[in-house]
Amino acid sequence: MPRVTFEHIVKRFGAVTVLDGLNLTVEDGDFLVLLGPSGCGKTTLLNLLAGLLDVTSGRIMIGDRDVTELDPKDRGLAMVFQSYALYPTKTVEGNLRFGLSARKLPRDEVEARVKWASDLLQIGPLMGRKPAELSGGQRQRVAIGRALVKHADVLLFDEPLSNLDAKLRTEMRLEIKKLHDTLKPTVVYVTHDQIEAMTMATHIAIMSGGAIQQFGTPDEVYEHPANLFVAGFIGSPAMNLTPGRYVTAGGTPYAEFPDGARIDLTAYPFATSPVEGAAIAVGMRPEHFVLDRAQVPPGHTAFDLTVRMVERTGSDALIAVSFANDQLFVRAEPDRAAKTRAGETVPVQYPTAKLNLFDAQSGRRL
Amino acid sequence: MTVDAPPVMFPRKPKRITGKSIAVLTLLTMSALFFCIPLYVLVVTSFKDMDQIRDGAMFAMPTTWSLEAWRFAWFEACSGLSCDGLQAGFWNSVVILAPSLVASITLSMITGYALALWEVRWSGPFLFLLFLCAFVPFQIIMYPLIRLTVQMGIYGSITAIAFVHTVLAMPVLTLIFRNYYKDIPPELIKAAIMDSGSFWRIFVEIILPMSGNILIVVLIMQITSIWNDYLIGVTFGGLGTSPMTVHLANMVTVSTGTVSYNVNMAAALLTAIPPLVIYFVLGKFFVQGIAAGAIKG
Repeated sequence: MPRVTFEHIVKRFGAVTVLDGLNLTVEDGDFLVLLGPSGCGKTTLLNLLAGLLDVTSGRIMIGDRDVTELDPKDRGLAMVFQSYALYPTKTVEGNLRFGLSARKLPRDEVEARVKWASDLLQIGPLMGRKPAELSGGQRQRVAIGRALVKHADVLLFDEPLSNLDAKLRTEMRLEIKKLHDTLKPTVVYVTHDQIEAMTMATHIAIMSGGAIQQFGTPDEVYEHPANLFVAGFIGSPAMNLTPGRYVTAGGTPYAEFPDGARIDLTAYPFATSPVEGAAIAVGMRPEHFVLDRAQVPPGHTAFDLTVRMVERTGSDALIAVSFANDQLFVRAEPDRAAKTRAGETVPVQYPTAKLNLFDAQSGRRL
Repeated sequence: MTVDAPPVMFPRKPKRITGKSIAVLTLLTMSALFFCIPLYVLVVTSFKDMDQIRDGAMFAMPTTWSLEAWRFAWFEACSGLSCDGLQAGFWNSVVILAPSLVASITLSMITGYALALWEVRWSGPFLFLLFLCAFVPFQIIMYPLIRLTVQMGIYGSITAIAFVHTVLAMPVLTLIFRNYYKDIPPELIKAAIMDSGSFWRIFVEIILPMSGNILIVVLIMQITSIWNDYLIGVTFGGLGTSPMTVHLANMVTVSTGTVSYNVNMAAALLTAIPPLVIYFVLGKFFVQGIAAGAIKG
């Protein structure tokens, strides 16, 4: 299975530049998720790789082959679409066979592959049906089957689960993950759903404004977002981002907030040290808060904060507390949240090492 | 012990005939009469003999039902110098219809498919041009077309008539097919391009089977317009190659002596029957085809 490389990709539609000098490498056997909001260029990038759009400039390599000028069918790719894109007048079997129509394969090889895919995805009983007679989940299986029969080195997915209901989406997510574990193809998967990205990807490329904001493993992008955009985008409920200043007093670095509150930053692993008085944004994940101040371990900052509102989301609860003329969302056990009322004061502590500090101007992580 | 309660019912009042429906019904009745009365006269007259027609009672039923006028119109009526009846014209029309249909539909279907689903350079201006062409009246380009067919050496033949029918139908048909294919989800064609990549293979295996509805619509449109055409037939056809409509016109206008109304009516009905048959056979699909907008996956 080959690696996929994008080199200095530029794509313009008329006067609009969608991608401007993008570089990205997908390693052999990797499951790369392109994640980003609508209009960030992720689908454009996928279509460029598939050959459904032409690059304005730049080069796309699959393994050692330069595929930039090749026709889609000659690139050795298979793609699964959001709307499944099954051929409505063909049966399931016909759909699978048409997937092989560009390759001149001997008949028994075609039979063997169709059989293999139908066994793998358990769509054997559906082979004689038309797509209109299938449910959403079955259609998606067939669409995946049509991609798999090609034995392509690289599999592309364009938001394949967006049209399914929540339960089916969870099931199919696991199945796609399982398929990747057994067949080990190189996968490029486009989605705007961060849960899909976090659960399936080996690497995530977070895109915004036609540029890759961060490339890393799911843990890296979640725990160490490279900039303010990624910090705000990844995580649900979102990270609390509070504006403040960087100050030092007696050699100790602090984050100081507009209301005068301070957080000791001694234990924070700075990548670059900011200048005195620099505007910063302090990011705190709701789930890293501990609702307790009886024992404050070293390297934790503790506050007493006033509750504004309690929100129950099902398995979790969120408590909104006042902080630095702003509010923070704190994750809590539902039992604990049920006992909390608006207006109360709750003890809260946060581990300094898990803070995320950003330069407010450049947006970069400190 | 429980007593079964009678099922609760909420009967609705029967709908009254309102002013609105009276207005609609009146209009419908009037337009039906507008078409039906002349048709009635046409039909009954064709079964009368000349003696009864001369009596002048237009709306009377035939005293004796006779197929003589029909037979005469089909086998013996004179068009110009030849007196072989309408049958010669009928076969000419059939021979004109077949190639015109096949050529115009095939060409415009493939052009429409290319314009709708493939990236074609200048497709926008080309579509606009087609749109303009669809509005050019035939009479304006008639003389140049005559010169053109003369140059091609086909003027006065059935080939010329079929050629002109095909050319004139192309703009509208291409637009119709293009708009129909534009509704095919773009992902479907993307998938087909990645799977096969062959223009013709995708057309034959994927697109053609999805075109049933629109084919019926276009087929009916074309059969009706080609069969009923008079101007192209009279302009580009020669002696012995003119379609049924031209024969009919000649029979009706250039008869000597008394006007044989019964023969004329029978001839008119004979000429009108084929498109009617098509309507009755394919009418149901025609409505479906017009109603079917998007293609469901």
